[in-house]
Amino acid sequence: MSAATAPLLHTVALSKRYPGVLALDGVDFELLAGEVHVLFGENGAGKSTLISLLAGAHAPTGGEIRLRGEAVKFSNVHDARRLGISAVFQEFSLIPTLSVAQNLSLGDEPCKGGLLDRRAVHERARTMLADLGFELDPKAPVSGLTRAQQQMVEIAKGLRGDVAVLILDEPTASLTDKETKRLFELVARLKARGVGIVYISHRIQEIAQIADRITVLRDGRKIATVDAATTSADRLIELMSGRKIEQIYPHIANRPGAIVLQVDGLSSPNGVRNASLVVRRGEVVGLAGLVGCGKSELFRAIYGLDSVSEGKVTFNGQLRTNATVRKLLDEGLVYLPPDRKAEGLVLGFTSHANITLPLVSGPLRGHGGWLRKRLARKLATDAAARVELAPRNLDRPVALLSGGNQQKVLFGKGMTREAALYVFDEPTVGVDVGTRSALYKVIQSLCEGGAAVVVISSDLPEVLHLSHRVYVMCRGEIAGELQGDDINESRVLNLFFASNESTS
Amino acid sequence: MNPSPAAVAATARANGLAGRTLGLLRNMFLRLGVLPFMLVIAFVVFSTLSDQFLTVQNLVNLLRQSVYLILVSLGQMLALVTGGFDLSVGTVMAITSVVSAMAMQSLGVALPDATWVVVLVGCMCGLLAGLTVGLVNGIGIAFIGVSPFIVTLGVQSIGFGIALFLTGGVPVSGLPSEFSDLFGFGTLLGVPIPILVTAVCVAGIGILMGRTPTGTHLLAVGGNAKAAALSGIDTRRVLLVAYLLCAGLAAVSGLLLTARVETGEANLGGTVALESIAACVIAGVSLRGGIGRVPNVVMGAIFIGLVQNGMNLASVGSYLQMVVLGALLIVAVVADQLRHRMVMPGGH
Repeated sequence: MSAATAPLLHTVALSKRYPGVLALDGVDFELLAGEVHVLFGENGAGKSTLISLLAGAHAPTGGEIRLRGEAVKFSNVHDARRLGISAVFQEFSLIPTLSVAQNLSLGDEPCKGGLLDRRAVHERARTMLADLGFELDPKAPVSGLTRAQQQMVEIAKGLRGDVAVLILDEPTASLTDKETKRLFELVARLKARGVGIVYISHRIQEIAQIADRITVLRDGRKIATVDAATTSADRLIELMSGRKIEQIYPHIANRPGAIVLQVDGLSSPNGVRNASLVVRRGEVVGLAGLVGCGKSELFRAIYGLDSVSEGKVTFNGQLRTNATVRKLLDEGLVYLPPDRKAEGLVLGFTSHANITLPLVSGPLRGHGGWLRKRLARKLATDAAARVELAPRNLDRPVALLSGGNQQKVLFGKGMTREAALYVFDEPTVGVDVGTRSALYKVIQSLCEGGAAVVVISSDLPEVLHLSHRVYVMCRGEIAGELQGDDINESRVLNLFFASNESTS
Repeated sequence: MNPSPAAVAATARANGLAGRTLGLLRNMFLRLGVLPFMLVIAFVVFSTLSDQFLTVQNLVNLLRQSVYLILVSLGQMLALVTGGFDLSVGTVMAITSVVSAMAMQSLGVALPDATWVVVLVGCMCGLLAGLTVGLVNGIGIAFIGVSPFIVTLGVQSIGFGIALFLTGGVPVSGLPSEFSDLFGFGTLLGVPIPILVTAVCVAGIGILMGRTPTGTHLLAVGGNAKAAALSGIDTRRVLLVAYLLCAGLAAVSGLLLTARVETGEANLGGTVALESIAACVIAGVSLRGGIGRVPNVVMGAIFIGLVQNGMNLASVGSYLQMVVLGALLIVAVVADQLRHRMVMPGGH
């Protein structure tokens, strides 16, 4: 068959420049019919940009896209869909306030005499869901569905009409084991039908299971396209990061000391159930789990951002259940939130102002209530040095900095005073490798300096390589604790789904 | 202290009954919002305060007075479901009123015999002027991307200034009496014309929202604009339609009111922005966009009319009425937030 040799989709020197950044730099990518082609790379490597161009969400600034050998141009997502390229984006493209059926017909509503044919909308949704074997009520409003159910609706929507190329952006990020299996069966069926599938995933295991070929991207450039069957996991990580694994993750000495934080049977209205854990000085404790498993919520409750409904929190030997943020901060608990833009930083302020913000009502208050500017300068400069933030960035508004530098500022904010416990929630989301290893070095120095560190992360390699002990959470509960050699991908993944299997 | 088993059982039963009633009220609140509760309270309060309140004549009167606000609130709903709002509805009414009145006045002098032509052209001029305001809002919000708050606030001032400038602040009189006789006081088969016009508009918007793709698209843009765009919806066109229709409905309202007061006035609709937003929010239209139902909005507007009517009958002064209206708006928003939190636990 000649169709097997001519690529279904082909990009030639595809580039995308956003103001100030070259997000995609001359990428040649090739997708065959009936192939699962995985895109692999760090956050910011250009995967999302590449698929947004393929799906017609953005227009390239250079190069071209060829579909079945012909150059094509899309001015919107609709154009791409008409030619059979359909994308399921990671950010849900569903309208929470509409029903499942309305969402499945959105943008392409069946009409009769100019009016909406509501029966057809419903009927179409029913057949689409039945085809895929998804058990969902077409009338249910999307806001009432679980994330996994929303993901199913999203996939059903992506497969509407004739699809030649299906783009899946981390489709399993919020699925259970069982749902993931069903998705893989679906992918296999589509493959057999000759659909080309572009698949983004961070999970090495999953990639090994599903991929035919893998294209690795780094800093907007294509590094390599490799055969999935003959490429090891470590090789992939090296291709992705451009360094040996040991260069990214420092070896952190483990000298466990006194217990800093003890949590007994904590439950909270935001979904944590009966969680218990201990954190000691001189160790890095990882907290892993799927999105929505309650790992963030647990520490938000401990830190006083959400309430604790049951259980005890003991910090430095004192009972601190439902203590205020102010009190815990003063007693030496530093918490850095996962979303630097929403919660961590004041984007319009300079780095200097952000770093010293928590100190304004404390050490920076001088005689008569005046601000001690010179001390502020010194503390900010010291903090910047610790997190390897270039001094010239101190006086620039945070909004103008790169993601990596913003994250350094956030870390800097936590470094201006000595603390007994540092909690980092998603410490390296959307930052480059260089920043990553700088931040890991900060964690190393904190831990080896005798502080306790908790790393809450959805990035599995990060948790695996940094932690001395790992707690895995699943559905609001602590599903297990791993130590030493037990800290590996398969053990952790098993625990991700531990309580799902027992209940379903 | 050990209470007797009988006492325990009695308390449990009492708790059960109270609990069930509370549960029922809670469900009603979740499903219908704050409006049914406010309606009941208003009816009880005003029928105690005034004997005339619950008479047929007063209630018909109330409906007739409410049509102007119903029209504007329908338009306001369209802006709200897309996640914005329109502060310039009052200005649209003023401009429509002033422009249509001036057109009729000057045409009436030129064509004294062709009264209906004068009325028709006058109405057209008024509607066009109102739609122009909507077009400016729509372009500013959809195509330039300025926030609805700033665009409509600015346009509100501009439009009001133009209306005052055109008239010099003096009401425009000398309209053809046929205009007022028909659109202000006329009836068809015993039903007042303003009520008929409003009924047609309500039905039209009802069909638009429930029975056309555009209705779904309006809700979709408000529910999640990015997702709507990814679904192939032209969000800019949808926003433009919302603000155009909003202005169109306010313009119709302005015309009807001009016919009723028999003069073109720049002061028409001074408080209608606040009242229409209050009517929508009380009717459960979400300020975050994506949620809004036509029948509820009609009830919400009638409710605002009812409160004003009741306060008039109870001889509450107009200054105090402003206080009550503002408070109602805030109570409704707080209730909306409460409801949102109860519907989506753990949501944002």
